[in-house]
Amino acid sequence: MTIALDINGKILQTEAAPDTPLLWALRDDLGMTGTKYGCGIAQCGACTVQINGQATRSCQVPISSLEGAKITTIEGLGGMHALQQAWVKHDVPQCGYCQSGQIMSAAALLAEKPKPTDAEIDAAMSGNICRCGAYQRIHAAIKDAAGMAPAATVAAAAPAKV
Amino acid sequence: MNAPAKGFNAPTRRDLLVVGTAVVGGALLVGCSLPDALSTGGGKHDFGAFGPFVKIGADGAVTVISKHIEFGQGVHAGLAAIVAEEMDADWSKVRVEQAPAITNVYANTLMKVQGTGGSSAIANSWDQLRKVGAASRAMFVEAAANRWKVPPGEVTVKDGVVAHASGKSATFADLLGEASKVAPPANPVLKDPKTFTLIGTDRVRRKDSQAKSDGTAIYTQDVHKPNMLTAMVAHSPLFGGKVKSFDAAAAKKVAGVVDVYQIPTGVAVVANSTYAARMGREALKVEWDDGKSEKRSTAAIMASYRDAVAGKGEPKWESFEAKGDAAAAPAGEVLAATYEFPYLAHATMEPMNCVAEVDGNKCHLTFGSQIPTMDQMNAAKVVLTLPGAVTIDTLFAGGSFGRRGNFQSDYVVECVEIAKKVGHGRAVKLVWTREDDFMGGKFRPMVLHDVKVVVGKDGYPAKWTHRIVTQSIMKGSPMATKGADPTAVEGAQGSVYLKATPVVDGQLCTVESPVTVLWWRSVGATHTAFVMEHTIDQLAKKAGKDAVEYRREMYRRAGPEGARHLAVLNLAVEKAGWGKPAAGFTQGVAVHESFGSVVAQVAEVRLENGEPRVGRVVTAVDCGTAISPDQIAAQVEGGTCYGLSAALFGKVELKDGAIQQTNFDTYRVLRHNEAPQVETYIRPSVKAPSGMGEPGTPVIGPAVANALLAMDGTVTSSLPFVKG
Repeated sequence: MTIALDINGKILQTEAAPDTPLLWALRDDLGMTGTKYGCGIAQCGACTVQINGQATRSCQVPISSLEGAKITTIEGLGGMHALQQAWVKHDVPQCGYCQSGQIMSAAALLAEKPKPTDAEIDAAMSGNICRCGAYQRIHAAIKDAAGMAPAATVAAAAPAKV
Repeated sequence: MNAPAKGFNAPTRRDLLVVGTAVVGGALLVGCSLPDALSTGGGKHDFGAFGPFVKIGADGAVTVISKHIEFGQGVHAGLAAIVAEEMDADWSKVRVEQAPAITNVYANTLMKVQGTGGSSAIANSWDQLRKVGAASRAMFVEAAANRWKVPPGEVTVKDGVVAHASGKSATFADLLGEASKVAPPANPVLKDPKTFTLIGTDRVRRKDSQAKSDGTAIYTQDVHKPNMLTAMVAHSPLFGGKVKSFDAAAAKKVAGVVDVYQIPTGVAVVANSTYAARMGREALKVEWDDGKSEKRSTAAIMASYRDAVAGKGEPKWESFEAKGDAAAAPAGEVLAATYEFPYLAHATMEPMNCVAEVDGNKCHLTFGSQIPTMDQMNAAKVVLTLPGAVTIDTLFAGGSFGRRGNFQSDYVVECVEIAKKVGHGRAVKLVWTREDDFMGGKFRPMVLHDVKVVVGKDGYPAKWTHRIVTQSIMKGSPMATKGADPTAVEGAQGSVYLKATPVVDGQLCTVESPVTVLWWRSVGATHTAFVMEHTIDQLAKKAGKDAVEYRREMYRRAGPEGARHLAVLNLAVEKAGWGKPAAGFTQGVAVHESFGSVVAQVAEVRLENGEPRVGRVVTAVDCGTAISPDQIAAQVEGGTCYGLSAALFGKVELKDGAIQQTNFDTYRVLRHNEAPQVETYIRPSVKAPSGMGEPGTPVIGPAVANALLAMDGTVTSSLPFVKG
């Protein structure tokens, strides 16, 4: 049985079993490994994609439910999205494993709220765990991408005396 | 042991014995031996004109070979910057590649094996890579001098362009052919650090941020090889359990499942996809032999630690600090405190995994290998070859915090066992689910500290008695040393406060359990920093003195070894505005030295819904020469979150041996809305760089405890702060 999925504007066919979570169809069947496995129970956000613009944990969505849905993955942002540029500017990633999911959550937030408040960023991003603890730079990069001045976060050297 | 591998030569015990010393985890450890077959990596290597650490392309682009894994700590950028600085390469075009596993070429100069740990990646590479960069530069200088017939001393290099005052200039690309024929100087002249133009500047930024922001960075989890199989393993639900019997009939009926078989660590389900492997494992029925498993609860285990301190059950004590005459020590008021620490999981974002291809006694591994030498040795035992013959492609790892480097290479060996059964060189990817990752153990050990300080008439410690009970990380390992396990006591052992105390009696009792334990970002300091720093604040309070003033006096009493502590403390309190917290917050301070670096933090804390919430955290560090101030700040920010996550929420509990936290729904970790705002101030230094991957982790916990003590007198006697 073949299921057709609309991913990043292209119709892709998969022969994965209908109950396969989108995460594994993307990674194992369609060769799109930017979306990561972290917990399998929608607790960590590493597998976040957008389904019809909504940030969604792809580990929880069987592909059988997705015919006709518009799916966007990290590969669909193209690499030069304002958030991706801000991520690079702020050197947000450390290990980097969670960052696809972080960016997909942030992209959904900015699409809905182009100038989010700190509290709105907190609310939108608290479902994405980063064990390296890059939260402060994630927060700063989202504000930067939204054209809002982020708080200073970068190392300030002490006065030049030893 | 000199003979190359022929047929099924197993490494002899002597090959696996241990020589040499290494500094890991802030403690003196013994490294593994380097049998010749391991050293040569099973063959000769041609690294090209510039040696094993630098490649220069026809376009002049410089590629630095990293012997250390990049798992978040920014080491690729740091190592490349050391080479680029001495070479005067164009930093914007410098690339980084991961080294293969060849121990005698790529050994950590401190650990003596190829491996990343103990926050030593930059420290052990500093002299080595400065020479590499300087030698490469000298080769281009000599090539240009020969071509232009000018003295080498008149040739300059800047951003990959070689020039002479006469107006002649050439790029690395122009000169590559001639430079490649110049013999590299054995003792190239290094720069005066005062003339550095790259090191210490904000130009030293990560090289991997783009790939890690657009989904193209490849981790073990992302590896796809032709005809590859994916495996999951059913493990014993209790630590120490073994397979008694299993019924694979239902599992084998799951579409996509290829085979099911027993391996030493459980029952493996091999399938055509990750999802099929998981569904197959769910259908598998296994009976476990729990005869030797841990069946106690963590509460009972901790009770046994308390018994040891009380002298019950004939505990064996080993001294880690002894000073002065305990009998002659002055009597006085005693501050008594105990501290209990739970098991902690590393909980890396990428659960453990590995890809192995085995064909007879050939073995190739593709994964995030933290200690390639150890992984080679352990894999070689499974496929019956010599360690150097095991080849490894090391990838980015989605975090480690110590987990990926362990004496058993647990998940690696498991993958190799399966790939050996599959055979024919067919790739097998072992995937651990999040639950496997938690249940796989290798926890930060549970620890009990019992501290009694006799306070002198001046309010400062006259006698410090310290007992620690925990499981040993090192005992029985190839890196074990005589005496108290240094990874259990480091931070208490050698503490600046004990140097300032005339009489000290510190002893360690290690206990056994089938629960497996391992180093966890900052190792012993995860608990000793908390104990020392929270005790100091209680002593200051008892003496009626300010916590900062009390520390200053202790550092003065410690003599020269207290000087760096005093300096970073002063810098942190100045930048934080000690005594002037934001409205509604209370400040707490803590200072700790680990991995050669000293870190001071002032944290501002308030209670929200009964839980501590941390706002601003001002950090001062002395880490010697700062190569990348921005990445040092990143490690402080991240290390603070990692330490705060554990202090607030982290605990793995057992109930009748069964692990209670198996995923992020039960193992609570710090989230975006709970993250502090960290500022980092780096003390200028001309000393060699020391570690920064771990020292940012252990300080925040005691800083929060000390804020709570200041807030309402609460003494924290166990972690995590948030119970239940």
